[in-house]
Amino acid sequence: MSEKLLKVEHLYQYFPAGGFGKNKKYVQAVDDVSFYVKKGETLGLVGESGCGKTTTGRSLLRLYEPTKGRIVYDGKVLFDSGDVPMMDEDSNDILENGEPKFGKKTAVDMKPYRREMQIVFQDPYASLDPRMTVGDIVGEAIDIHHLASSKEERYQKIQRLLECVGLNSEHANRYPHEFSGGQRQRVGIARALAVDPKFIVCDEPISALDVSIQAQVVNMFEDLQAEMGLTYLFIAHDLSVVKHISNRIGVMYLGRLVELADSYELIFNSLHPYTKSLISAIPIADPKIARANKRIVLKGDVPSPLNPPSGCRFRTRCPYATEQCAAEVPKWREVSKGHFAACHNLEKVN
Amino acid sequence: MSEYLVNIEHERLSFFTPAGEVKALNDVSLHVSEGEVLGIVGESGSGKSVTAYSLMGLTAHPGKLLGGTLDFNGHRINDMSEKEMQKLRGNEVAIIFQDPMTSLNPVYTIGNQIREVLKLHTDKTKSEIQARAIELLELVGINEPEKRLKQYPHELSGGMRQRVMIAIALACEPKLLIADEPTTALDVTIQAQILELMMELKDKLGMAILMITHDLGVVASMCDHIAVMYAGNIVEYGTTDDIFYAPKHEYTKGLIRSIPRMDSKEHERLVPIEGTPVDLLNPPKGCPFASRCDSCMQICLREKAPVTFFSDVHYTSCWMNQKAELEGGSKK
Repeated sequence: MSEKLLKVEHLYQYFPAGGFGKNKKYVQAVDDVSFYVKKGETLGLVGESGCGKTTTGRSLLRLYEPTKGRIVYDGKVLFDSGDVPMMDEDSNDILENGEPKFGKKTAVDMKPYRREMQIVFQDPYASLDPRMTVGDIVGEAIDIHHLASSKEERYQKIQRLLECVGLNSEHANRYPHEFSGGQRQRVGIARALAVDPKFIVCDEPISALDVSIQAQVVNMFEDLQAEMGLTYLFIAHDLSVVKHISNRIGVMYLGRLVELADSYELIFNSLHPYTKSLISAIPIADPKIARANKRIVLKGDVPSPLNPPSGCRFRTRCPYATEQCAAEVPKWREVSKGHFAACHNLEKVN
Repeated sequence: MSEYLVNIEHERLSFFTPAGEVKALNDVSLHVSEGEVLGIVGESGSGKSVTAYSLMGLTAHPGKLLGGTLDFNGHRINDMSEKEMQKLRGNEVAIIFQDPMTSLNPVYTIGNQIREVLKLHTDKTKSEIQARAIELLELVGINEPEKRLKQYPHELSGGMRQRVMIAIALACEPKLLIADEPTTALDVTIQAQILELMMELKDKLGMAILMITHDLGVVASMCDHIAVMYAGNIVEYGTTDDIFYAPKHEYTKGLIRSIPRMDSKEHERLVPIEGTPVDLLNPPKGCPFASRCDSCMQICLREKAPVTFFSDVHYTSCWMNQKAELEGGSKK
């Protein structure tokens, strides 16, 4: 359990957004994010829209080429920009004579790793090619990686995959438009499973589905994990679903991780003021608790990632903000065992 | 005419599409008193929006009202002409749509869109209208209202746009505000702001709210009564506590079981409702939920269940409750 399958160290992802020369502007979608995912666990990633959770998921699969950072999968370095400090087992920067130690610049060919790392996309209506049958959608990955030696084997594999996600084998000859949202998402999952991956990034896989269907898909994710020993990075904005499925949860705000802990610890013993307000803002489906619950309502909106606030990015909406928050970026530190947070005023807040 | 602000009785509404008749509403009855917050919950396609839109005379083209009566504030909506409806809309009844990105006109300024309502429904002078527009933006918590009035929708964030939508809806102090998934497109922290604002304004202005949503969490904190819809039927109606603590219909029970709870300590397995929603083109003969129901009986497939009352305001249509009544009634 404790073995780290994936390590992300100092990941930066900036997107150019107009301007020339010195005035060139960047959307700082992900800014210095470090975390690891242990073998067989589910790490949840939550945050509001535009906080960079999807970008993080895509960058670590190198669907976007990261601006800076290091990605280590199963002990092998997939990407290293060569200018970010290496980290030791406890996620502290390794120092050599007081100077941070940098890695060697690397960027490996991802194709062999695509068999190991897969993704399920958010929108089941947009992520399936409408002109391909479901069988071909699932079979495409099998063809690319030459996983079937004969047509017969390919066919059987597709059937087995469809059954695995609760669809009938006769569905293989149909087109995506013939399916409901929940069924399409199952096709998306079957496609990801086609190459027997070990690690799946689930990018808001249930937000486009109806409530009664969501529970079906969540249960299926859990069953598949138990059966095949999968590791998930589960991205969502619905904290109650993430809490249900995850072992640990990371909270992002405007491109940075602000808190990461075991899911139970994070919900009931959160430290960061943003996490606290996020949890209190979730509507609870229990009228007595909901009436008694005092929401911490945050003022204002999320600032633009084109021009984020200096220092702590949450300070413009934080009720505890001080001058220090504007001057310095709060350090990402381990407050208690396995509970990380980045805030200057943790003592004052709690 | 009636003691209720809104009184819908036995409404039937269908969409006549090329593929056939889609029965969107099958005998829907509900009422809203003044100052009440009624929540309508259900999955997409269950008919919750259609119910509310028909109340404003906004049924989209292939749709047709086939039967039933709709009364609102002393008006019989069925008999009203389009001209009379226009006087009503935005004046006595107003609506906030789901997506603030698409429901504001991108080529007009915010000010233009707020003033338009006031111009149509009041005989205020130009300067009075301007003053009222500023007052409205202040009411919904927007800073620097004079500056905002000159801005276009694309210059505002999602939460701000939804606030503008609310300002437009409240311009003439309507008796009823229909909120069609007002926070679905927003983030949780912004959602909390908007819900708080709506409740505050309700207390201040004393209007009734018809809250349409699929989020049980939203209705739990806001609503006095809840109507649960499934495939064009109201399957259960009751006070918020009735629905959450003593649900009687199998669909309501399943819905409440299927949501993950924040306060559960152990890792419990979710209990989903199996199957998929019904196809309204060919609705089943009996109970619409029968095909997904664990306690489905022979009779459920044949006939629709009659309404069982548990109190003045709590009722449901499910054969399971009839069975309990037939067998002696005590174990409900």
